[in-house]
Amino acid sequence: MTLLQFRDLSVDYTSNDGMVPAVRGVTLGVEAGETLGIAGESGCGKTTLASTVLRLLPDTAQVRGEVLLDDVDILTMKWGRLRAVRWSQAAIVFQGALHALNPVQRIGDQIAEPIRLHQSVAEKQINSRVDELLTQVGLPASRAKSYPHQLSGGQRQRVMIAMALACKPALIIADEPTTALDVMVQAQVLDLLTGLVRDLGTGPAGGMGMILISHDLGVLGTTCDRIAVMYAGQVIESGPALEIFDNPKHPYTRALAAAFPRIGDPAARYAPTGLPGDPPFPGDLPTGCAFHPRCPIAVPACKLSAPALVEVAPSRMAACFEVES
Amino acid sequence: MNVSAQRRRLAMTRFANSFRKDRSGMTGVVILAIFIATAILAPILIPDAALDVTKADGGRFEGPSFSYPLGTDESGRSILLLLAWGTRISLTVGIAATIISMVLGTAFGIAAGHFRGAGSHALVGVTDWFLVIPFLPLAIVLATVLGPSTTNLIIVIGITSWAGTARLIRAQTLSIEGRPYLERSKALGAGNWYQMSRHVLPNVFPLVLANTTLTVAIVILSETTLSFLGLGDPQAPSWGALLDRAFSSGAVSRGAWWYVLPPGICVVLVVLAFTLVGRAMERIVDPRRAS
Amino acid sequence: MGSKVLRAFITLAFVVMFNFFLFRMLPGDPIGLYARGRNQDPEQLVELRRALNKPLLEQFITYLRNPFDSTIDSTRFSRPVWEMIGERVWPTLLLLGTAILLASLIGIWIGIRAGWKPGGRFDRMSTGTTLILYSMPEFWLGMMLLIVFSVGAFGIPGMFPVGGISSPGVDTSGPMGWLNVLWHLVLPCTTLVLIYLADYALVMRASLIDERKQEYLTLARAKGLRDTMVRKRHAVPNALLPTVTLIFLSLGFVVTGAITVETVFSWPGLGLLTYEALRGPDIPLLQAIFLMFSIAVIVANLIAELLYVVFDPRVRS
Repeated sequence: MTLLQFRDLSVDYTSNDGMVPAVRGVTLGVEAGETLGIAGESGCGKTTLASTVLRLLPDTAQVRGEVLLDDVDILTMKWGRLRAVRWSQAAIVFQGALHALNPVQRIGDQIAEPIRLHQSVAEKQINSRVDELLTQVGLPASRAKSYPHQLSGGQRQRVMIAMALACKPALIIADEPTTALDVMVQAQVLDLLTGLVRDLGTGPAGGMGMILISHDLGVLGTTCDRIAVMYAGQVIESGPALEIFDNPKHPYTRALAAAFPRIGDPAARYAPTGLPGDPPFPGDLPTGCAFHPRCPIAVPACKLSAPALVEVAPSRMAACFEVES
Repeated sequence: MNVSAQRRRLAMTRFANSFRKDRSGMTGVVILAIFIATAILAPILIPDAALDVTKADGGRFEGPSFSYPLGTDESGRSILLLLAWGTRISLTVGIAATIISMVLGTAFGIAAGHFRGAGSHALVGVTDWFLVIPFLPLAIVLATVLGPSTTNLIIVIGITSWAGTARLIRAQTLSIEGRPYLERSKALGAGNWYQMSRHVLPNVFPLVLANTTLTVAIVILSETTLSFLGLGDPQAPSWGALLDRAFSSGAVSRGAWWYVLPPGICVVLVVLAFTLVGRAMERIVDPRRAS
Repeated sequence: MGSKVLRAFITLAFVVMFNFFLFRMLPGDPIGLYARGRNQDPEQLVELRRALNKPLLEQFITYLRNPFDSTIDSTRFSRPVWEMIGERVWPTLLLLGTAILLASLIGIWIGIRAGWKPGGRFDRMSTGTTLILYSMPEFWLGMMLLIVFSVGAFGIPGMFPVGGISSPGVDTSGPMGWLNVLWHLVLPCTTLVLIYLADYALVMRASLIDERKQEYLTLARAKGLRDTMVRKRHAVPNALLPTVTLIFLSLGFVVTGAITVETVFSWPGLGLLTYEALRGPDIPLLQAIFLMFSIAVIVANLIAELLYVVFDPRVRS
């Protein structure tokens, strides 16, 4: 069953210099029980895309297309209905847990807040639920009384995960959940997150779905079922995670995969392929394929028109003229 | 023309262009232009006789009329003319005191941010002391000791209002101190004076300028208050002194609103204008600080 | 925390020393300064000269032993200065206490409404108004209120007393007396409230605008909280912290208002006493008042810093 479906979704930001497109016509789906990885450099539109799921974009953003959560379009929902959907059906694990937690509220209260809001539970049960959640993420229940600044970065991120699981949502969106942590802690937190999503989400409607956003293709390759790679606001390649990582089709994905080699892979050591240049500024995109100025295999046609995302192998999609032919 | 002068001129043009787009800032500039013109033209337009109590020809506390658009004071002088003359004195005191305050504030701020150790601690201590001590009681004791005169008023306001600037400049200096060009300059053996005047000062200068404009506003309010309390020169009718005389001569109990209302409106307009210009400058110079 | 108390004591020590030396280190005859422009009672002059002719160090030590026991009486009222200050404290506390309380409640409310939707209609109107109030000399506002609402002008009849804390002959110990005091309090208090709230509203607005950019508010929205709840539960508690501290820190500025507004309304507090002292000038009284105000402000600053420690969990640990 399809849990979440983006249909031809576009987001433009109004700025002083006119409209800046951040997401350009994305169509993508997440099945129940599936983990979808979204990869790409910063500024490619992955966070904007994820924010449309709960309609958290600022007023300057204009959204077109459809975001279907359980076949209901989020974008046309009434405010009251939307508030009820937020967190109870889809929850977010934010990037920087230090700024995402309220500094002057105890973390127990912050975890309990969505439970109080969305579920009619007795006050006593709320406390035991908070304790249970904290234990699940590997923190002592006594931590409920702490303030965010009293925890380490990894502990704060665990609190964020406990909070996201609080209402047992059908979908979890994890936006770079480990970027701010050091490498050892990164692996622990990521294992915890994927483990809990797999174990907890088995209900009648199928398992919990997750969108995991990262710039690290290596991480996504090992933790996700499927991966979509974004560049300049578009999906340029998608398919099963391991296949994409081991055998990328699009030249951009190839460069991304090379930037995060698998540990112990000798090939990567002899052919380091950094990508020249920076991602384009969304307000000033190149003509044709947005990637062509940085592309090692660009042909003249790339400057003239943009390639469509088409099936290039069974269950593999890519948007590149060179891959099609 | 050398490179840095060219760069500075470019920055000035850019600043002027952004400022012109700021509506509230430009409103402030227009108001100020009118008051400054009045202050400059006052001695030409106003005959000395208009200010002389013995030569005044109006009645006591006359309401507004054709010959006295804003009425007369307790000795029959035209309040409109007194007000115009007061513009000159209030602006002069305001600007002169601000210059003292800025020089002190910038010097203390840069020195406190640049030096290390006991000297810096002492400077910060002095600054904090002036920040904590309530302004008006301090100004009153200083002005009482020095005696009432316009010069003393300028000095008193100058030395009681620099501390806020010093703190701001010190913070800015500390952030500049860590930058590579200053490190290099230190490594090359530049002296303290050279570092402070060539590297730190030009960098804090835009902020000093915005802060100066905001300080003038506060200083003019301080001048009005101190003059109202009778701590200015009784012979120099600044707006505050005008309000002092209105109060002591019983204009309030007579309901002579034309004597009280205009000086206050002038103060509000000038202070507001300086505040608007200062805030606009701050928005351009340091968009992070001004929200 | 101990270091904060220590710093307050050092500041205080400097005030005490400054207060002593300022009036004695000036060239010329100190008696001239003490008795400037006044006909002094010869007996009092002799007393004054005796006190001031002692060696400076001895004077200083006498002073340090007890800065609050002025050996020199008020030159204008010929009474011990601290006794006079003691009598005048209560009216000032009543006026300032009421004004600060009302001004902070109204100012914070305005700041919240304006800062939550910056650039909106309420914000543009309130920020315009607060900026004008901020630019206003408080005593001028007081004089205008007196003319309009006490003397009566522009067709408005005079409704409030011209000054003082109570009408002559009214016993202020009974309920009718309190009402009389309240009636006298209206205009001076309104003046101060209008002036102070401008400052508080601007601070609260800026503080809330800072908080609006924080990510924890996005999280609160994502949890499904209503906009009002996001504001009340998350944004305001965080924005209130710096504002409340600033209200305490602004006591130095509050004192300025007290001096001039009490003067305009003949409110018999410390502010009016200051005005009476400086019209003399009555140096012993001025010195004592300066010391008194400085101590009040230093203590308020210390309280502000300690409050921050109590209310902000980040500083507490």
